[in-house]
Parts: sequence; structure tokens; C-alpha cells
Amino acid sequence: MNIAQQLRDAAATRILVKDGAYGTQVQARRLAEADYRGGLDLARDQKGNNDLLNLTRPGLVGEIALAFAEAGADVLATNSFNANRISQADYGAEHLVREMNAAAAWIIREVAEREAQKDGRKRFVAGAVGPTNKTLSLSPRVNDPGYREIDFDTLSDVYVEQIEGLVEGGAEIVLIETVFDTLNAKAAIHAARRVDPELPIMLSMTITDLSGRNLSGHSIEAFWASVRHARPLSIGLNCSFGAAQLRAHIAALSGLADTLIMAYPNAGLPNDLGQYDECAETTAAQVREWCEQGIVNIVGGCCGTTPAHIAAIARTVAGYPPRRTAEPTRRTLLAGIEPMVLAA
Amino acid sequence: MTAQASSTFVNIGERTNVTGSARFKKLVMAGDYAAAVEVARQQVENGAQIIDVNMDEGLLDAEAAMTTFLKLIAAEPDIARVPIMIDSSKWTVIEAGLKCVSGKPIVNSISMKEGEAEFLAHARKVHDYGAAVVVMAFDEVGQADTKARKVEICERAYKLLVGEGFPPEDIIFDPNIFAIATGIEEHRRYALDFIEAAREIKARCPHVHISGGLSNLSFSFRGNEPVRRAMHSVFLYHAIPAGLDMAIVNAGQLDVYDAIDPELREACEDVVLDRREDATERLVTLAEKYLGSDPVREKAEAEWRGWDVGKRLEHALVKGIDAYVVEDTEEARRSAERPIHVIEGPLMDGMNVVGDLFGSGKMFLPQVVKSARVMKKAVAHLIPFIEAEKEKTGATQGKGRIVMATVKGDVHDIGKNIVGVVLQCNGFEVVDLGVMVPWADILKAAIENNADMIGLSGLITPSLDEMVTVAGEMQRAEMRLPLLIGGATTSKVHTALRIDPAYDGPVLHVLDASRAVGVASSLVSDTQREPLIARTAEEYEATRQARARSGQSELSSLEEARANAFPYDPVGKAPPPARPGLQQFGEWPLRDLRASIDWTPFFRAWELAGNYPAILEDAVVGESATALFNDANAMLDRIVAEHWLTARGTVGLWRCRREGDDVFVLASNEETRLPFLRQQVKKREGRANMCLADFIDPEGEDWIGGFAVGIHGLEPHLERFKAENDDYSDILLKALADRLAESFAETLHAHVRNSVWGYAEEHLTNQQLIRETYTGIRPAPGYPACPDHSLKPLLFGMLGGEPAGVTLTESMAMLPTSAVSGFYFGHRDSQYFGVARIGRDQLEDYAARRELPVAEAERWLRPNLD
Repeated sequence: MNIAQQLRDAAATRILVKDGAYGTQVQARRLAEADYRGGLDLARDQKGNNDLLNLTRPGLVGEIALAFAEAGADVLATNSFNANRISQADYGAEHLVREMNAAAAWIIREVAEREAQKDGRKRFVAGAVGPTNKTLSLSPRVNDPGYREIDFDTLSDVYVEQIEGLVEGGAEIVLIETVFDTLNAKAAIHAARRVDPELPIMLSMTITDLSGRNLSGHSIEAFWASVRHARPLSIGLNCSFGAAQLRAHIAALSGLADTLIMAYPNAGLPNDLGQYDECAETTAAQVREWCEQGIVNIVGGCCGTTPAHIAAIARTVAGYPPRRTAEPTRRTLLAGIEPMVLAA
Repeated sequence: MTAQASSTFVNIGERTNVTGSARFKKLVMAGDYAAAVEVARQQVENGAQIIDVNMDEGLLDAEAAMTTFLKLIAAEPDIARVPIMIDSSKWTVIEAGLKCVSGKPIVNSISMKEGEAEFLAHARKVHDYGAAVVVMAFDEVGQADTKARKVEICERAYKLLVGEGFPPEDIIFDPNIFAIATGIEEHRRYALDFIEAAREIKARCPHVHISGGLSNLSFSFRGNEPVRRAMHSVFLYHAIPAGLDMAIVNAGQLDVYDAIDPELREACEDVVLDRREDATERLVTLAEKYLGSDPVREKAEAEWRGWDVGKRLEHALVKGIDAYVVEDTEEARRSAERPIHVIEGPLMDGMNVVGDLFGSGKMFLPQVVKSARVMKKAVAHLIPFIEAEKEKTGATQGKGRIVMATVKGDVHDIGKNIVGVVLQCNGFEVVDLGVMVPWADILKAAIENNADMIGLSGLITPSLDEMVTVAGEMQRAEMRLPLLIGGATTSKVHTALRIDPAYDGPVLHVLDASRAVGVASSLVSDTQREPLIARTAEEYEATRQARARSGQSELSSLEEARANAFPYDPVGKAPPPARPGLQQFGEWPLRDLRASIDWTPFFRAWELAGNYPAILEDAVVGESATALFNDANAMLDRIVAEHWLTARGTVGLWRCRREGDDVFVLASNEETRLPFLRQQVKKREGRANMCLADFIDPEGEDWIGGFAVGIHGLEPHLERFKAENDDYSDILLKALADRLAESFAETLHAHVRNSVWGYAEEHLTNQQLIRETYTGIRPAPGYPACPDHSLKPLLFGMLGGEPAGVTLTESMAMLPTSAVSGFYFGHRDSQYFGVARIGRDQLEDYAARRELPVAEAERWLRPNLD
């Protein structure tokens, strides 16, 4: 049975749990530049290059994944959010992208299989693909709105390199996450199709402003219209604000999407000092509301969430039935920034 | 019915099509994309629900034109909100377009003209890019003209596509609208064939939609707009019920079917439905009548173009329209005294509206960036004039240079760019170092460019630490440049607590772009620089102290906090009052109150920084402070002499007993429960978790007081000032009344201590009063020691309903506005404190004691909960 069907079957019986954030866990370990760099000969300062740790500190990455798995996560994402040629260029580590991704996937795959052997429960390995720090939809030059820092084909190639690495290392799903620019996501979908037309795709948008839109201006409904052609295994939201702020948007999506809904919020909003201090129980209490409303199939954590958050979420979702997927419709969806539905 | 009124019919704008609009073509050919973008905006404003973009013109690089235009309109949320139809007969142009569109567009079109293989290859790509597709009824033989051919080709295409897994709902058929009434016999049935084919295709191909290009229909009547509009409307009237879902039309140029001249309507109906042999001839004859009869009703300019220039500039900024901004700016400049006034006046006003809309979530980021662009164009127009003026007057107004960067580890720079633009708009030179900038580069650039200040930006949370690093390095380099901090996760608190202490030079948190100008301008101003720096430093010091007091530390549980209550000392207990019960003070002498005014807050209300009386001698604001002080005293002379105002007060002193954190007060034979809040922030050893109830004897009977004072009688004077357009006096009187109310509260408290309650014998100077060097406190509901505003009704109830003539609004504000109310505690140890952050346990406990739903208590205590 293929992975997508296995995941759908599991999600039909219960609400699944996704893992939490790597950034927070790595940060908590207060690594020095030398920890990041390992034995690699790189010209620039590597401090903060979390993706490099897949090569230089695989044990540490595996340890984090294991903590999340033990907390109850069914879906384990790879530590590869910035493991792409564009983001790595800032560290002068572009040449390591493919290795980095393969290692990222391999580390998680191993944890997933070890855990599955313990209790017979399948853990899904999702290769995390971030948005990069370039945008296809916006001009960075205020005076020149037609300018773009990057083009679709280049970005698609960048994603192909990353996804190939992930698949090589054993990722079963590609998770296109923190989508702040819908066109970037479309390039990632395009790339995933190029790598393997059958590769299951999960998509997760992030909301960047108070009106509930991402940076390219799309509401979650418009986002769904724009990426539905990927026939994603799941669609949803991550990062953005805390769980409390996401509920309405998830509810809107839930009524619309004929696929699984996955949401993984931050641990609340950062406080004045930039720390996420929402405790696990508070996050879990917000998640409980989603479960009560029946609007989620997979729940996990983003910035600031720890294994304690994931464990609290796992305990919370255990008592609730999963969302029932919306009936597939044959309505024509179009979208500018706003969604548009053509009458049948 | 009208085409627009049919709720399901979709108008596709046709004006951004070089093959259909001569004007658009001219603009694109001339490279005037700004005006071309306005054509798209007008389409959407006129009701186009999708806009068709076509650049198929032999002399154009269609791929380049298509991508340029699509990227430009992506930056215009007013336009980009609708889906795009990428229209070209060349696949390469379509594919280039697909790579620029972020939503879900429609491709127009593909067909089987070059055979099935190419058709399917294109369809697969369309799907991979995430678009719907228009399939033209065109095959290897040619374009379908008859009903049978249209149906046959569409059905064949449908089966191929659906067989390949293409979603049927993403297929839109265009069965070709051809010109009718051409005089050629074969053309007579074209419209009717289209209508009948539409019905048949819908029946045979589930879930598909039907579209068409409408303007072809009336091709033979070019130049006769009334006839063309009538033909289009009549055609839609019949085609829509048959299954036409959308058409490429000029949305502003459709007639209401019922409003068409009946003679013309019938003639059109005859040609569309091919009802008479002589239909064409009759319409051609009739058409003569309509030639030259004010055809194009296109409003020459949208309504806003008629507004006055200030409003027009504001509108252009808010909407981000730059098409007219130069001419409007020029118009404003001509009528302005100095060119800089246009920036300071209408342009900044418009930017402030933008800032407010953005702040309240009614505008989003791309719009703001767009507004900034309009601003920049306007300013660019003004710069030469400003320069010329400078040369003439010899004044050098070069404002200053700022080095800006998003700190290392962070890539977010949109906010920084906005601030940069706004600063540039205001005459600053901005050296933008970009994103992920290490501290060393920032310092280097600041030194090399001889910058006047440095601005740091960041969005993600680790950037906060990086900013501290930059500040520390600036300190190490012994720099003294002002450091400006901005970005979404930054805050005044963080700046005060973490960044400011790392650097001896000035550090200023800038809340938003609109404030950046004020801050930056002050920093380069000889007169405003030092006051701003001093004020900010003072503010941060206060923030730090407040933070140190309340602590960001852990909360104790309510139980633990109660165990660490302030110990009650029976020795310090105040004796029973000399005059218990209620006392009314109907008219306290204003002369007394005037003598004990605390003037420092008065100056602060006028945004003059400094303490009284030193402020009167202050090098910077001394002169204006003195002038203001003189005016205030002149008005006080009249207030006192002419009895403008009345100071009323009510005091109550009551028996009470304490139960835990509650004080039960026996007023007018009725017991009122006053629940107080306890500090819950974890304390150092030896420091108590205070609660006002701690100052009441837990063992036996004790006494507590309450008071209210109000200054009445402002209204007639305020009305008079208003009639005289005298804002200055209006504000002056209100500010003085506030001071008198505070003075009265202080004076009355002294009177209570010394005589009504009578536990003290004081001989204090005014300065000592202000410094509160006496025994006993008068905490007010809504203030730190007693943060729940909703205790006011309880207090007022005990004081007899409307004490001192003061009433409460539903949000617990007092009327008249110059009023003070509070409790009296007489115990020797009683002192002010801030309750600060409390836990949910106390909230729930308090709500129960207060007999309020938790949600309501939460509302009142919100500031203490986070």
C-alpha cells in the first residue's frame, strides 16, 4: 500500500500528531559555531545554520526527532527548512545542499523505523521544504514593482535539488511549509512533480498579517484554490500566530478542502522579549477547541513548541474523532488574491 | 435583465488586450506600463471579475510584455484580487505568463489545431502550473463554425482531457463567437449556432464552462457603439440561459436589455437569432440613426479626479495610484508657499491614513509598499524645487544620513524598506545594507558613510538578541550614534531592558514607519535632539524600574502569595475616626486648591518635558513653558475671581472587617464586600506579596474610607471658547481643571488625615504633599494597587450614589472628567504598590468573590493577566 493511502487510513481512525519545531530545540542547546561547523571546511560563520547539523551533528538531530516521536508524533518532519541552495548561499554552504537533505531524511527515517519496530505504529517521514528567503510574487525594490529577485524556473530547480536529496535519504512525503508566497509554493509543487509525479505532497501556508493573508496576499481559501492541482495529501496552516489566532482560518479551510487538514501553530505569540512562553497545556487547550469543532486531521507544533507541547497535544487529540473530509466537489475554483468560485 | 445582474455570469475584462484595445496597445508599445496598469484597475473598478491579458502584437516581445505586465499588476492588490486570464495564441507566451501568476489563473487558450499530442502536452503543463484552461473549438481541420462542428470538437477534447485526469471543472470551452450581420450569407447563423452549441456542450460534457469573446460579434459595426452595445446585450440575454458562463467583454459597456430602444433591440434580436431574411439590411439601416450619438459613456475620469488636490493626493496614496501623482503634486506645489509644505501637508496626511489603515489590519503589506511608491514619485517631483529653493536661500536642509540593516540571521526587510522609503521621502539619505547583515558591516558602513544614525530591523525573535549584540559592539567601538530599533517583534520593553543598557549612546525604539520620521527628524534637529534623547532615556529607565518592580519572574500560586502576605502590625493601626459616616464638601475654596497644584503633569500634558519649577528656566522649553505658565495663571485668576468652577467632594469613613483578601465595609447599615487583588509575582526573600487588604486588621474591627472629588462647571466656558474658535483656551481650561481635581484629592486627603479621620497631625509643605511623605494612602480603582475599574460602582454606592456630583459611564469613566475617587487606608504601614501580573487561579478566585463571570473579570483585569 502506498504511503499516501497508509496515512489516509491512519487519519481515518484518529487525529494524527505531527512533531514540533527543530529551531527551538536546537536553540535550547546553545551550540557554538564549532558545533555547527563540525569538521567541515567552510569559509563563513556557520552559527545558526541548523540545516548543517544534519551533517555535523546527526546524533543531536536524531535525538530531537526521537523526543518528538516519543511524545507521540506520527508525522516526523526533517530538519531541512533552509536546506536549499538559496538559503545556504548565505552560509556559503550551497555545495552541501544535496547531502544535507539526504542526511536529514536518513536521520528521521531511521528514528521512524526504530520507533515503528517498538510498537508497530507507522511513523511518516515528511521532507520539510521551506519557502527560501526569496519571493516570486513581490519586488524587494520599492521603486520597481515589476522587479523580481528570482524567477520561477530557477526556484523550481532549487527545489528539485532539495527534494531529490530528501527522497534519496528516504523521505516519503514532501512537506511544503510556511508558505508565505503562493507562487513559491507553486514552484515547489512543480519541482516535486518533476522529481516524482507520484510523490505525496503536504502543503502548509503561513499567515503574515492581521487580515489573515500570507505575504503574497492570499487568504487560506485563495491558497487552496491556487494549490489544489497538487492534489495534496494535506493542506493547512503553520507558524503564523498562536493557535488561538488560527482557529477561524482552519475552520474556513476545513469546510472547503476535500483532503486532510494539518495545522501546527507556534507556542502562542512571542512575548516582549521574543520568547515563546505559552506553556504546553495552553497550546493543548487551544488545540482541544479545534478537535471539538472537528476541523483537524493532523496537529503538531511550530516555533517554540517542545516535546512537552507535542505530548500535551497528543494527549488532547486522543479523545477526539478526526475531522471528516469535505465531500469532493466539481466546483471550479479560481483565484487572484481573492478566491473565486464559478457557479456550476 | 442585464448581463451584470445575472449572478452567475462572469465578466472578463477585455481592455488589457493589445488586439482589442488600441489605447492599451499604444501604452504598452510606448512602454508606459504605469498607465497600462491603470487600464487594468479601471477594468476591475468597472466590474470585471477576471481580467484578460493579451500581448499578441507583431512588434512586441510578447513574452517580455506579458511577464512585465503580470508582475506589475501582482503588486496592485486592487487588481490582483481578481483572477487573471493569460491570453495568447503562442504557447511560449502562455507558459511565461504562468510562471508569474500566484493565484489560480485561466489559460486562454489551447486547442487541437496542431493535433492531439501537443494539445495534451500543453494541457498537462497548464495543470502542473495550477491553472484552468480555455479550450478553443479548433481542430486539425480548422475553427468550428457550425453547431455540429463546435459540439463535436469540444466533446472530443473533453474526452481526451478527462481521460488524462484533467479536472473537468477546470475546462472552459470557447466555441467561437464570430461576426454576424456582415452581409455574407454563411455568417447569418453564427450567433445562433453558438447559442445552440453551448447548450449541447453543457449537456454532453459535465462540469465544464462556456466562454467567448464578445466583441467579434459586432465587428461589422465598428465605430457605432450604441449598436454594438445593444447587439452584445441581446446576445448575452439569449446565450446566458443556454449555458454561456463568462465572456470577454468591456464590463463598462453593456446595456440593460430592457433599456435598449425597442426598435434597435428588435433589430438586434433578428440578427442574433437569424429571424428574418432581411435582418442584416434592417439593422444596417437603423444603425445610421445611432452614429455619433455620444457613444462612449466611459466616464472621462473617475469621480475622485474632481476632488480638491489634497484629497486627490490622499486618495492616490491610499489606493496606491501613481498615474496622476506627478500632475497632482505639481498642482499642490503651485498653490503651496514652499515645496516642502506639500510633503509636510497633504502627502504626510495621506501616509498617516495609510499607516492607520495598516495598523488596524485594513490594509496589507503590498498596498503599503505601493503607497510608499506613490509617495516617492511625488517627492521625486518636488526635490528639484526644494533644491532650487535651497540654492536661492542658501539654506542647507540636507537632513541626515541613516544606515539601515536587517540584522544577521534575519531576512525580513519589508518593514525596513518601508521605513527607508518614508525617511527618504522626508529628505533623509538612507544607506540600506540589506538583510542578514553582520554587526561588523553595520559599524563599518556607519563610519564610512559618516552616518547620523543607525537603524536596525528584524522580524524573527532571535533578531532581538542580535540587536543586543550590535549595540554591544557599537559600545565597544565607542560610538555614540543614535541607534534606532524597529520591526515586528521588537518592543519598547525589550529595547529598554536589553538593548539600551548595552550601549551608552541613545537607543530609541521606533514603533512604526510613521513615527520613524519624527524620531529621525528630532535626532538631527539642534533643538529637539537632546530633549528626545533625555525623554527616551527617562522613559526606558522608568520601564526598567517598572519591570524590576513587577518582575518578569515566575508567579507564585495564589495560595503561596497569600502565605507571603504583608504582615499586619497592630501597633500601626489608625484610631477610629473623629467623624465617621459621610461628609459632603459642597464648594471647596478654589484659592486653596490653586495653591497646592502639582504643575509637572500639567506641562507634560502639553508635551513639554521637565519638572516644575526647573522647567521654567529650561534652556529648550523654558520660554514656552513660562509663557504657558503665565497664561495658566491668568486664567486661574479669572477662575477663582469669577467663580467659573465648583470643587465638590464627598468623604466616607466606615467600619470594616477583613476576611482574607476581602474587606467587608459597613456603610449605611449595609455590608459591601470589597475584594482586593494580591501581587503574585515571586518575591525576593523578605518581600511580601502585597494586597490592600493587608492594611486592615485581620483580627477585629477596623476602619476604611472612600472619597470622590469633581470639578464642575466647565461647560459654558468651553462653549464660549468653541464659539470663539479658541482651542488654546479650551485645552488650557481642561488641563487646569484636571490639576485642580488632583489638588483637591490631595488637599482633601490631608484634611481627612488631620481632622475628619484625625489620626495625624501634619504640617506639610506642598512639596512634601506631592512627595507623599505622610501616613496613609488613597488608592484609586483602576490604578496599580487596585487595578479593577469595576470597583468604582461599589465605592460610589457606599458614598451615596453620585458622590461629589460625579457619575460613571458604562466603562467606568468618571463624569465630569476632572474627577478623582478612591479608598482611604490609615494604617501606618499602608503603601502604594502595583499588583502587576496575576495568575488564572487568582482571576477565578477573584471573579467568584466579586460575583462576576470569569470572562467579565478577565475583561477588567486584562492588563494584569499577561
